[in-house]
Amino acid sequence: MAETVVPAGTEPAVEEVHLRHHFATPAQQMDAATLGMWTFLITEVLFFGGMFASYAVYRNMYLDAFASTSQYMNVVLGGTNTAVLICSSLTMVLAVRAAQLSNRRHLILFLILTMIFGVAFLVIKGFEYHAKWVEGLVPGLHWSGYTEHPEFAYHAQILFFLYFCMTGMHALHMVVGIGLLTFLLVQAYRRVFNANYFAPVEMIGLYWHFVDIVWIFLFPLLYLIGHRR
Amino acid sequence: MTTHSHIPRVRTLVLVWLALICATGMTTGVSYVELGWMNIVVALLIAVVKASLVAWIFMGVRYTTSLTKLFVVAGLLWLGIMILLTFSDYHTRSWMYQPQPWSHGPGNGPATK
Repeated sequence: MAETVVPAGTEPAVEEVHLRHHFATPAQQMDAATLGMWTFLITEVLFFGGMFASYAVYRNMYLDAFASTSQYMNVVLGGTNTAVLICSSLTMVLAVRAAQLSNRRHLILFLILTMIFGVAFLVIKGFEYHAKWVEGLVPGLHWSGYTEHPEFAYHAQILFFLYFCMTGMHALHMVVGIGLLTFLLVQAYRRVFNANYFAPVEMIGLYWHFVDIVWIFLFPLLYLIGHRR
Repeated sequence: MTTHSHIPRVRTLVLVWLALICATGMTTGVSYVELGWMNIVVALLIAVVKASLVAWIFMGVRYTTSLTKLFVVAGLLWLGIMILLTFSDYHTRSWMYQPQPWSHGPGNGPATK
């Protein structure tokens, strides 16, 4: 079973080590892992879905207040972060591909690139949060910057509350993702992954893309509603 | 040993990436155009297309087993049920407190004009 494909420098039995005894074939093991990961991601969909549902309910209730408040979001930074995350998804999928092809050098390169994009996202997000704090747009803690429409003052806080909850929870997922990528990078450096064993790369890749998808919805819903109305 | 996972072509991946970047520009651009209630519909449509592209190609749903596909669809179905039931609650809540012929006295919910 473990004759070819395994590159020089790895233990020849590496693939057998990774095939758990309760699976018949590596393919079956991979299908089971994929299904399990998707099951986890569906719980994540419903976790974020609860916040999206509350967003939808409040936006429906206070349509004008939300449209007016959304103008306080920084579209340039939000849009840049969307592009950064999309780039990170590309490098992530290229990392998985490199692992599938036993290309350790490219795997390490694309993992590092993905991490750089992830950190860039968080840095930009940090600047955004800082600006919101300086402008006094943090409900409950520092709320003095919303003066344009006094009649919307309360409902504007709801949007900013949702903004910090949703982007904060998303940012937390990014931090976890970068931690997981660090783990992958160490494993890749130790030559753990090859064409016969790359399940962790693919599974963490699924997680990373999911976090990207959450942002794909957050960006228009928080930044782009009711602009220049 | 045969490979047990689909290896995507780089060209496909780059094309998807390009489409996602273009869609981001599009959704940003269209938000500056006044379309009334259509703005949110267009924004969500573009977001759904982008998310589908990521799931279908980057996450490899296209190449997975039917069982995994079924799980993905089931997850979305449950998300739909959650949002639908939440909205049916909030949408019909005001109906409860309309003054009814039999609810004149106090203690029958908040007074409405």
